[in-house]
Amino acid sequence: MAKRREKVIRVKRKRLPTSMVNPKRFDKSQLKFYVLLIPLALFSSLPIVYLISTAFKPMDELFAYPPRFLVYRPTMENFQDIMHMMTRGGVPFSRYLFNSLLSSALVVLATLYISLNAAYVLSKKRFRGKNTLFALNTAALMFVPAAVKIPRYLLVQQAGLLNTFMALVLPMLAMPVGLFLIKQNMDQVPDSLIEAARIDGAKEYRVLYQIVAPVIKPALVTVAILAFQSAWNNAEYSQLYINDDSIKTFAFYMSSLTSSVGNTVAGQGMAAAGSLILFLPNLIIFILMQSKVVNTMANSGIK
Amino acid sequence: MSKALPRAVPAVPMEKRRRDHSIPVMLSPYALIFVYFVGLPILVAIFLSFTYFNTVQRPYLIGFSNYISILTQDTVFLRNVLPNTLKFAILVGPMGYVLQFLLAWVLTQVPKWPRTILSLLFYSPSITAGVAMSVIWKIVFSGDQLGYLNHLLMNWNLISEPIQFLTSPEYLMPIMVVVTLWAGMGIGFLAMMSGILNIDPELFEAGYIDGVRNRFQEIIYVTVPSMKPQMLFGAVMAIVTAFSAGSIGVELTGTNPTPQYAGQLMVNHIEDYGILQYDMGYAAALSVILLIIIAVFSRVANRLFAERD
Repeated sequence: MAKRREKVIRVKRKRLPTSMVNPKRFDKSQLKFYVLLIPLALFSSLPIVYLISTAFKPMDELFAYPPRFLVYRPTMENFQDIMHMMTRGGVPFSRYLFNSLLSSALVVLATLYISLNAAYVLSKKRFRGKNTLFALNTAALMFVPAAVKIPRYLLVQQAGLLNTFMALVLPMLAMPVGLFLIKQNMDQVPDSLIEAARIDGAKEYRVLYQIVAPVIKPALVTVAILAFQSAWNNAEYSQLYINDDSIKTFAFYMSSLTSSVGNTVAGQGMAAAGSLILFLPNLIIFILMQSKVVNTMANSGIK
Repeated sequence: MSKALPRAVPAVPMEKRRRDHSIPVMLSPYALIFVYFVGLPILVAIFLSFTYFNTVQRPYLIGFSNYISILTQDTVFLRNVLPNTLKFAILVGPMGYVLQFLLAWVLTQVPKWPRTILSLLFYSPSITAGVAMSVIWKIVFSGDQLGYLNHLLMNWNLISEPIQFLTSPEYLMPIMVVVTLWAGMGIGFLAMMSGILNIDPELFEAGYIDGVRNRFQEIIYVTVPSMKPQMLFGAVMAIVTAFSAGSIGVELTGTNPTPQYAGQLMVNHIEDYGILQYDMGYAAALSVILLIIIAVFSRVANRLFAERD
């Protein structure tokens, strides 16, 4: 059956130029896109290349004059120095790593859960004040964070969250950008699909998790990437809300470590090594998540 | 802000809809956290904009004084910050938006694995921006002959003396625009890419049967209309990020305020007052003004992309 359908499409392709969005394999016609993409990608990857290169530079290359972009004789010195500094502190660095992993995992899961539910209500239910609620969320997106720092500190204090682990998690969960994106994507899911499921007797949660969520997976993936990043790279909350060293994050630890040495030439190597260690999980999450993005519309049977 | 027109009425009778408990149950977790950690702090900040607050003593009400001084006496704001911010946003917003869309579109024309790797490379500056910005671009634009750009220009005999790129007002703004565009492939870019990938392939077929003749027409008549929600999301994000950019100028020059206020943007001005001069009330008033500016521009975007069906 599937084979026959492919045949029909192929016949059509001979007569009409057909779009090649999301092709399955390489084709000569894609060459022009690579010609455009690869130089731009190289340009974009400059900071990563520089970061990696600097992290592996030995001392004399860091001092080299004029400075070189790429490393000539890579060494692990900078990483060893950082490990050495890490183990010297009172709290083992695995503790910071654990705090970061746990808080990031909680933030990603809880953000997805609460935003998905709220977006479903705002997109697919009818009730008074719905548009006002969504407008408030969008307005919050437009308020720059600089002026909110002190008020938010006071509210975190009021809630009794100062110096607790939850101070790293709770204030991050409501992500206006995330709700905005998920709701925008959910608007594209046809109401008929949901009604059909309801008529079949599916309960709200079933409709949401088994029918709607799979269709908007690309948006959920994007929000997950963003939530992970904001939690994983967050050094600010550890600095503002937490005194106890044993519940601070890895990002805070790295930034305090590298800012104490980063101003010297010799410290640049360590700072780069630290940034690289901090960056790697972002990279892994991005690849894991993006590889899950497929054309969900085509696969879910919505036409 | 969004004026979504009423959708098809669900096939549930009125009485039943009224007893729909799922609305509060599903909405409240987000709503509670949003109100407490996002909404209330913003309300407090708006309240503070009507006070004098030096972060140490209790704030006291001074009415509209902050707003009046911003709009009548703050010469830096009127002469530098506001024009800079508008210029910067009008360059970076639309250009960044178009670039994000085009790049996203081109990436959807190649298979999955090259796409994942290439999109990661495009996206990476927006993650590493903080670290890289201060290092990479400072080396490229460094004011002595060791700066890569000066080095190149002098080797080609285009200039005889190194140019002080980062400290001279006429170069700072263009450099800020380029660097921001380069680091701008963020969440809007990812959202638009997934939007294109999620378009029903049959729509393209149908488009060609209906007379679409080339890829350009395909983008205009099929791709963009089929992903309006993502286009709107991308537009709002482009506006918000263009207006709330601020760290670039400071990171490049290493000072706030930037030399001769050449790269001074609203966010720098807010931080200048709030963090450096301890005048939170004034900083809050500036934030409210910025909010209003962003909201006005977003309304325009909303008009362009709102679903009209």
